Parts: sequence; C-alpha cells; structure tokens
Amino acid sequence: MDEALRERIKTTIESHRVVLFMKGNKNFPQCGFSAQVIGLLKQNGADFRDVNILADADLRSGLKEYSNWPTFPQLYVNGQLVGGCDIVTSLNESGELKTLLSGGAS
Amino acid sequence: MIEPAEVERMLKARFSDAQLELVDLTGTQDHYQARIVSSAFSGKSLLEQHQLVYSALGSAMNGAIHALALKTYTPEAWAKVNGESDGRSLA
Repeated sequence: MDEALRERIKTTIESHRVVLFMKGNKNFPQCGFSAQVIGLLKQNGADFRDVNILADADLRSGLKEYSNWPTFPQLYVNGQLVGGCDIVTSLNESGELKTLLSGGAS
Repeated sequence: MIEPAEVERMLKARFSDAQLELVDLTGTQDHYQARIVSSAFSGKSLLEQHQLVYSALGSAMNGAIHALALKTYTPEAWAKVNGESDGRSLA
C-alpha cells in the first residue's frame, strides 16, 4: 500500500472518535452485517461517522491491509480497530460497547 | 466458493487442537459460520483471535469466502459458556 493511501486511511480513522467503514451508508446499509452494527451503534446512542467502502475501491483494499482485517464492516474507536460485526455484537451483549462508545474506556 | 472440507482443513492446520464447528449458512459454500475452540486463543483479545482465524484462511477471505460469522473461544472460556447454559436449563 502506498504512503498516500495509508495517510488517507489514518486521517479518515482519526476524523471522528467513532468511524464505521461499511457497505452502504447509515441510512441505507447494503449488507446485513453492516446493518446490524448500525443498529447496535444507534441503540447505544453513538455519534459516529459512516464511510461507504463500496464507493471507494482503494480505501476498501487498503483497509484490509491496514488493520490485517479482511472483512467489512470495520468499527474504529479512537483510531483503533474494535472489530467486525461478531465482536461488536459480543461487546454489546457484555455491556462493554456502551462504555467504549461513551469514552469510558480506551 | 470453497468446499467446507477445505475450510476445515485450513483451520485444523493452524489450530491443531481445535474443536471446530463449521456451518454453510446459505448452502452456497461462500457464507460460513465457524465456532472454534482452541488453546491458541489463550491470552489474546477477541480482535487478535479473529485476526488469527483470518490469517489461517489467507487469500480465501478475499473472494472465495464472502462472509464468515466467527465465534472463538479458549477451552476455558468455552467450558464457562457451557456451564452457564447448563445452569440456565436447570433453573
């Protein structure tokens, strides 16, 4: 991955405390897993930025390499990858998601 | 598309002690659900556990497998999950 793309990913991840890279957008998710994460973020009252990776092939392939994570959605909080749909669901069940989203834990 | 036997082979190659349950969710050999119990996950975060699974599957994740629902457990965590569900069923 070239430096310009890496830098662009970094800037995007740090543009908002909570960023979701997804298929589609928050109002019109185009994948069931993305829709599920959107639902959990909304349920927890999160203020988040959505980025549609279907509209940006470079970003889509770059992100897989950047975080060693081959699938979408990808949720980032404070510039760090939290995980995909399974992990976000699991964190929600344990109550950790709310804490993470509200800034109570790093 | 990828044969379930091939997915199992790749996972077993990386997680030799794994207790593995693989389900083809759609019958189309590209949407899978996997539950993996292995000591290889010990001391690792959930994120790191899933990254280990993805790396075991390598390039199969870039196309052949369209979606993979993952549940990973250490043997200790798995025993605890089972213990809790037994408790509920007895309640």
